[in-house]
Amino acid sequence: MSAGSVPSVNGRPVKGVETEVLAQVKARFGSKILESGIPRPQNVKVVIDRSELVEVCTYLKEALAFEHLSCISAVDWKDRFETVYHIMNYYNGCTIQVSARIPYDDPRIASVCSLWNAANYHEREAWDLMGITYEGHPNLERILLPQDFKFHPLRKDFAQEVDRQYISRRKLKGGK
Amino acid sequence: MPGFWINMGPQHPMTHGLWNMKVKIDGETIIDARPELGYLHRGYEKIMEVREFQKNVVLTDRLCYVSSLTWSHAYCLATEKMMGVEVPERGQWIRVVALELQRVASHLMWLAAFAPDLGLLTGLLWSLRERELFLDLIQILSGARMNQNFPRIGGVRNDLPDNFAAMCRRSIAHFLEKLDEYEVLYHESKVFHMRTQGVGRLGAQDAINWGVTGPNLRASGVNVDLRRLDPYDKYDEVDFEPQVWKGPDPGDSYARFICRYNEMRVSCDIILQALDKMPASGPYRSKPPRRAEGEGYARTEDSRGEALFYVLGDGDDRPYRVKIRSPIFCSMAATPLMLRGNKLADVVSILGSIDVCVGEMDK
Repeated sequence: MSAGSVPSVNGRPVKGVETEVLAQVKARFGSKILESGIPRPQNVKVVIDRSELVEVCTYLKEALAFEHLSCISAVDWKDRFETVYHIMNYYNGCTIQVSARIPYDDPRIASVCSLWNAANYHEREAWDLMGITYEGHPNLERILLPQDFKFHPLRKDFAQEVDRQYISRRKLKGGK
Repeated sequence: MPGFWINMGPQHPMTHGLWNMKVKIDGETIIDARPELGYLHRGYEKIMEVREFQKNVVLTDRLCYVSSLTWSHAYCLATEKMMGVEVPERGQWIRVVALELQRVASHLMWLAAFAPDLGLLTGLLWSLRERELFLDLIQILSGARMNQNFPRIGGVRNDLPDNFAAMCRRSIAHFLEKLDEYEVLYHESKVFHMRTQGVGRLGAQDAINWGVTGPNLRASGVNVDLRRLDPYDKYDEVDFEPQVWKGPDPGDSYARFICRYNEMRVSCDIILQALDKMPASGPYRSKPPRRAEGEGYARTEDSRGEALFYVLGDGDDRPYRVKIRSPIFCSMAATPLMLRGNKLADVVSILGSIDVCVGEMDK
């Protein structure tokens, strides 16, 4: 991979690519895919366990040319965590959404920084706000909040003032 | 190891907002750089969890005050995907017009920041003068110059006002004439070329791997425009050419400038096409459900790159979780690559050309 070469991307989507991608991923990983589906054209969705993450991502990048890691989101489902990876293929316009499940009492998952450098900031942000440890990350520090902050505010048990925004004028005047 | 760190920011004329670029220099040459973000972190993703779906539109406007319409549109699009709401055809066309007006206004604001960075104060005055044309159009359309709160989940707030197409055509004809004048100021200026050419180079493979998107990626020679590659609204029916750098030296500040500059012409062309192809009348908004369950995400070509919203609902009238992907947050990760090996005086030229907006970067 030389830094200067320009990949030949024609910038147009390929019709029907989503079924092909899903079939390839299913054929390769079989029962390791917990759930899968096609939410809309050009989009594929798979759910996996955290232990399969690096293997699936390596396959997606090396074999299926998903070269653009768009986003990493961390979700707190109260009984488990989930990190969601949106990865895009620039050659055919297909986007795959990989959700990796993480048990609540052990929020750790492997880092994908070695595949996509873009993961660096996203994983730091997810650690900062949701408190999920990405193992193998080169520099897992807080990025948005101060270094001495003690909490992970996007977790559902981090309370915020909900009531204040919903006081109506009538209520303020003493009505219901 | 020689060299020492200096802070460019958080109070520095170059930063255009509150963030800090630490650069390590050896003499005049930059050997390392580290962006420090988070000064403007307002906890958007948390605030959105306690507001109803519709009320979040007004919040997402404030993510980036320079191009607020594109951000609230991206949020509406993601929420529509989750709820399964279809936008009427005329609503989609109105969105295309509004988005492109906002894109031109945003690019002009970028030009107004970039030019005085390089000592070209005329650029500031001219760009802001022409930006008023587009802010006026947006005001006629939505009632506000900035933070419009115009897109709705399921459509747009109001129909086009009377005679709007004629006003658009007149302003655009005037603006295109002015753009020709700009070319004398920028393209033919030797000093401008010296300040921008060959600095801040970013290769295509690096740009993809680091998640750089939008005009900054196209300046590296990669033909990716989400309006074309993953079309939303009515962009698949519009005929336009994504602006990709095709010259000999891809990925420097000058290439980024040219891509953004030419995009303004393309946006004007898209507006004119949309006004012609739009159905003459019809509904512009459909009714979304109050409560929703499921997940949806949408990605749009923001004026700075790829904006992605990932919205989860748990059956309540508020989102369970919202994730915002900011293009500049990701481009910022790649700035050390662009800066290394350049001179200290070029930092301004490089960071000005990637169009930083701190509001969306820090969320």
